[in-house]
Amino acid sequence: MKENTVNKGTRDAYGEILVELGKDNKNIVVLDADLGSSTRAKKFGDSYPERFFNVGIAEQNMMGIAAGLACTGKTVFASTFAIFATGRPWEQIRNSICFSKLNVKIVATHGGITVGEDGGSHQSVEDISLMRSLPNMNIIIPCDYIETKKAIREIIKIKEPYYVRLGRAKYPIITSDDTPFEFGKGIVFKEGNDVSLISTGTMIDFSLKAAEELAKNNISAEVIHLHTIKPIDEQLILATSVKTGAIVTIEEHSIIGGLGSAVSESVCANHPVPVERIGIQDKFGRSGTPSELIKAYNLDVPDICAAARKVINKKGS
Amino acid sequence: MLSNEKLNELKTFSQKVRKKIVQILGLAGSGHPGGSLSSADIIVALYSGIMKYDPLKPRMAERDRFVLSKGHACPALYVVLAFKGFFPVEDLDTLRKLGSHLQGHPDMKSTPGIDMSAGSLGQGLSAACGIALAGKIDDKEYFTYCIIGDGESQEGQVWEAAMFAAHNKLNNLIVFLDFNKLQIEGKVKDIIGPLNFQDKWQSFGWHVQVINGHSYEHIFQAVSAAKQEKEKPSIIISNTIKGKGVSFMEGNLSFHGATPTEEEIQKAIEEINGI
Ligand SMILES: Cc1ncc(C[n+]2csc(CCOP(=O)(O)OP(=O)(O)O)c2C)c(N)n1
Ligand SMILES: [Mg+2]
Repeated sequence: MKENTVNKGTRDAYGEILVELGKDNKNIVVLDADLGSSTRAKKFGDSYPERFFNVGIAEQNMMGIAAGLACTGKTVFASTFAIFATGRPWEQIRNSICFSKLNVKIVATHGGITVGEDGGSHQSVEDISLMRSLPNMNIIIPCDYIETKKAIREIIKIKEPYYVRLGRAKYPIITSDDTPFEFGKGIVFKEGNDVSLISTGTMIDFSLKAAEELAKNNISAEVIHLHTIKPIDEQLILATSVKTGAIVTIEEHSIIGGLGSAVSESVCANHPVPVERIGIQDKFGRSGTPSELIKAYNLDVPDICAAARKVINKKGS
Repeated sequence: MLSNEKLNELKTFSQKVRKKIVQILGLAGSGHPGGSLSSADIIVALYSGIMKYDPLKPRMAERDRFVLSKGHACPALYVVLAFKGFFPVEDLDTLRKLGSHLQGHPDMKSTPGIDMSAGSLGQGLSAACGIALAGKIDDKEYFTYCIIGDGESQEGQVWEAAMFAAHNKLNNLIVFLDFNKLQIEGKVKDIIGPLNFQDKWQSFGWHVQVINGHSYEHIFQAVSAAKQEKEKPSIIISNTIKGKGVSFMEGNLSFHGATPTEEEIQKAIEEINGI
């Protein structure tokens, strides 16, 4: 782990790692639905045009084609924006991909509200929920550029459906090449005793900053990053609930059905403690700059600190 | 058909609209100039003599309806609505800003004059079918207009709607295909060809016309012919140029989703003035 101010796109990592992996692994086929330049999947197409297909603006068809390719033993990547990757073709993903546990990796970019100015129609705040409810689906949300590469390298080894959620913006690099990445295992970025801040994806940066703020008031926060949302790391969640007795979840997604729900379900089943969920409060997104929206939807550092104080007050009462 | 006076009025108005589109996209710093400019003349025509509406009563029951299925072209619609009096022209400067009623893609809940929200491609024609169907159920006189994109036509839902409209004899539905030959990643024909839109729509049971989508005479004439149709829904395949009116944007893929710099805005305005 290192402190670094370099910002890089997780989607850039995706394009680069695809090119790297595609060199020796001729079994990889990549699909996109007229957004390949944005998702960076097109990078793969630039290097291996015979194994890259822009299926057109036809996301449902894309998932069906992916399923068919996977039936023959191909490792298939299918990319577009998160809303169009999970919303439009949800039922194709369910019945053509997950039902038969096919080797399709749906790697979506533009997750969350930091899509910005395009507004609510393009800001996916339900995709984690949609994918999490599907049997056989695995879900990863990397926190930065480096971890994205590790995640893609990892999932290619397991011949099952995966949903990987990436963002649009450039994000601080939080991990290093040495940070361990084990599918299904969360990462403790900072140990603490009073409250656990559990985030996913690029919200880790906000979480770490909130921990620093809280430390100024002698509140010791444990900072955990769950890159794997499904299967969720029950052991780590149990351990941190026992240790701190108070949890705040932080995600750029609806509080319904995403990380907050997954953690709450685990906490309720294994060791009930109070949980506060930072996320989109059952609303749609809207136009604005990413940083304005982070504030407007109460996902910012002060919001996390306030939630931490609130949840600590609920402890043992 | 159209008087010279009317033609001149439309031409002047379309110049004003094009300049404003370019300006507000520049101010917003993001958005879609290419597809806005290719649809601009159709939208101008619809709101300048074709459609029945009252800007002071945007929800008036007897009004004609318009669904911009290729919602990313909304700057063109916002500009026309503002100039026609649905909301103050100054509001246009807030496009895509936090708190603005002018969202990045159309939101019928926030903008007066927007009949249907859009932004996710492929969905608008179905909604237009629903609106037209309600007109039939309630024996209302209104027409429903819709613009779809040529890239958008790759969505299967478009063809589901096409079958529904023909089956239900929605002759009160008039659709424009903004046939600008481009989508995001390239030429439509290179991504999913062959195009043969005319054959496709004909075989789906529609009344088909092919026009120049930048000619007001063509647009007005095609709409009156469509209104004569007794059974079939109408598609007006409109040959257009993406970025029309600004030479360096015309047919230029990069202006699908890139906004002009200040210098480019100046250049564009001078050019539009000279058309
Ligand atoms: C369902 C869906 N998929 C993808 C997109 C992203 N997208 C926005 S515009 C566009 C290209 C549209 O091409 P076309 O319909 O030809 O529009 P035009 O050329 O008139 O701009 C794409 C793929 C979207 N808005 N909705
Ligand atoms: Mg087009």
